[in-house]
Amino acid sequence: MIIANKKWASPFIIWIIIGTIIPILSIVYYGMTSKDGGVTFANLGAIFSHDNLQALELSLLLALVSTIICLLIAFPMAMILKDSKYGKQGFLIFVFILPMWMNFLLRTMAWQVLLERNGVINSILTAVGLPRQAIMNTPGAIILGMVYDFLPFMILPIYNVVSKIDKHLLEAAYDLGANKITVFTKVIIPLSVPGIVSGITMVFIPALTTFVISNMLGGGKINLIGNIIEQEFTVNSNWYLGSGLSLVMMVFIIISMLLLNKFDKTGGASLV
Amino acid sequence: MIKKHSLKLAMLLSLAMVSMIALSSCRSGVNGEIYIYCYGDYYDQEIIEEFEDETGIGVVQDSYDTAEELYTLLSNSNTSYDCICTSDYMIGKMIEEGMLSEIDFENVPAIKNIDPLIMEKSNEFDPGNKYSVPYQIGVAGIAYNKKMVGNTVIDSWDDLWNPKFKDQIVMPDSVRDAMMIGLMKNGYSLNTTNEAEIAKAAADLTEQKPLVYKYANDAARDLLADGSAAVGVIWNGEYQYTTDLNDDVEFIVPKEGTEFFIDSWAIPKNVANKEGAEAWLNFLCKKKVALTNFDYLYYTTPNLAAKNALDEDILNDESIFPTDETLKRCYSLKTLDSDTMAIYSKYWKKVKAK
Repeated sequence: MIIANKKWASPFIIWIIIGTIIPILSIVYYGMTSKDGGVTFANLGAIFSHDNLQALELSLLLALVSTIICLLIAFPMAMILKDSKYGKQGFLIFVFILPMWMNFLLRTMAWQVLLERNGVINSILTAVGLPRQAIMNTPGAIILGMVYDFLPFMILPIYNVVSKIDKHLLEAAYDLGANKITVFTKVIIPLSVPGIVSGITMVFIPALTTFVISNMLGGGKINLIGNIIEQEFTVNSNWYLGSGLSLVMMVFIIISMLLLNKFDKTGGASLV
Repeated sequence: MIKKHSLKLAMLLSLAMVSMIALSSCRSGVNGEIYIYCYGDYYDQEIIEEFEDETGIGVVQDSYDTAEELYTLLSNSNTSYDCICTSDYMIGKMIEEGMLSEIDFENVPAIKNIDPLIMEKSNEFDPGNKYSVPYQIGVAGIAYNKKMVGNTVIDSWDDLWNPKFKDQIVMPDSVRDAMMIGLMKNGYSLNTTNEAEIAKAAADLTEQKPLVYKYANDAARDLLADGSAAVGVIWNGEYQYTTDLNDDVEFIVPKEGTEFFIDSWAIPKNVANKEGAEAWLNFLCKKKVALTNFDYLYYTTPNLAAKNALDEDILNDESIFPTDETLKRCYSLKTLDSDTMAIYSKYWKKVKAK
């Protein structure tokens, strides 16, 4: 049986080689070589240049803010969904996932149309005599885009964990004299940590590396580290520097995942 | 038995996967298909059908945003296109690096329709006119919404630094086009290799950043048309589109001079269907095709035969056909060596990061 399993694994091994190992090796290769072919660490060290560091700081900040906002929205929502009649039937959760059926670029582009100075939202605001919003092309617009695009990735894992919490545990806690707050902080939250951790990973990492959202909603005025890497590949045709910076980002992501895993005692589950 | 079966199936699966990957990189249609690569929305789709009917050659279209993207793709991968359309300086760079193949003009008799003056201008980046066929020409200028601008006179690049237009200016989002504005404003050449001049231009662009609503390429015209921006830098060919949507928008060529471009078609070195590509080039030079494209794009056409067929009032429209006096103030971008380009990139990155 074990032998048969190995044979079955072969397509997936090929898939992993083509889809993961070769790309990572080529990033490492480009990241560690200079334009004239020699081995160098300059591409990795470039992260410490003023411009890149600034972009990295901004990316970390925006990713952190949008992850926190997502968490603050998603956790209560998961709790509500768990207890509601519709939540149990999966209808509400379906409604939240529905936008994910649409392409993420289109959804971001839709925000562009909505938020633009003479866009849909402002036309409505002016029509009813309210002051106009000026969120387009600011960091606020990027955070809005990130929260909108990544929120389902926070809701789903948390909802999954919360809805599977054994009712008897809560009843036992009440029987032992715990009040609602104690039950929430001592039973529900500790039990939902795996979901929270995996939600944070799934929101924080794409938010940290995005360049599409900042491009479309930042008006080209706000450079995140993802934009800098993208520019190196597309405009400056400097694959070496772009790969070097990508490698540094990978290290950042690995560190943040290790940190998160410390909280998740069940282990492994959050490694997406 | 079961083991044997599963082994076969496993092998079959992996084979299917490998062949899927192999196939997807393979080109379909052995005879009569050309792959073209061009700036987005840069010809009337009608002409594709017309070409296919006329020659029986299928056209597979692909598009890109900036010339740098095209360069990165063609120089770093094995992707092969039969015909590409890109800007003057990029053609020059690709000729220098041996990335283009010579066109057999025997197969492109319609080249005689192209304005000799433009052929001469394109000599600057394509010596001897061996590698490229001029397609569209244009000048960069300032478009402004006369209602939003009020009685401020717009006639110079300096007007893009007017604090009155805070958060209402659209600037190009590409290194050379944006730096051109900073350089021309200071009276420098748009092809300068002097780092101090580049630094000055970048410093000015950084200073201007708080006034900028958005750095955009193709979206600039839409922002001007819907009134989200008051002033913006666009190509003269985009003006017709903008004014059709919003007739408050005016177009001028700044007095300091501006960038002038010739976009040309060329055939890459690793062409698969050269005959088809040349048939395409010849087709593009035809009068009726140039006219169809002109009606669609409203860029200055280098096609004399088509130009002669146009109405007097279009010929006299200076936003479509700039006068010789204006053209004298226009300079085309030249290919820069990679060290200078790195300086430009470095300073542009600083502007964007600020």
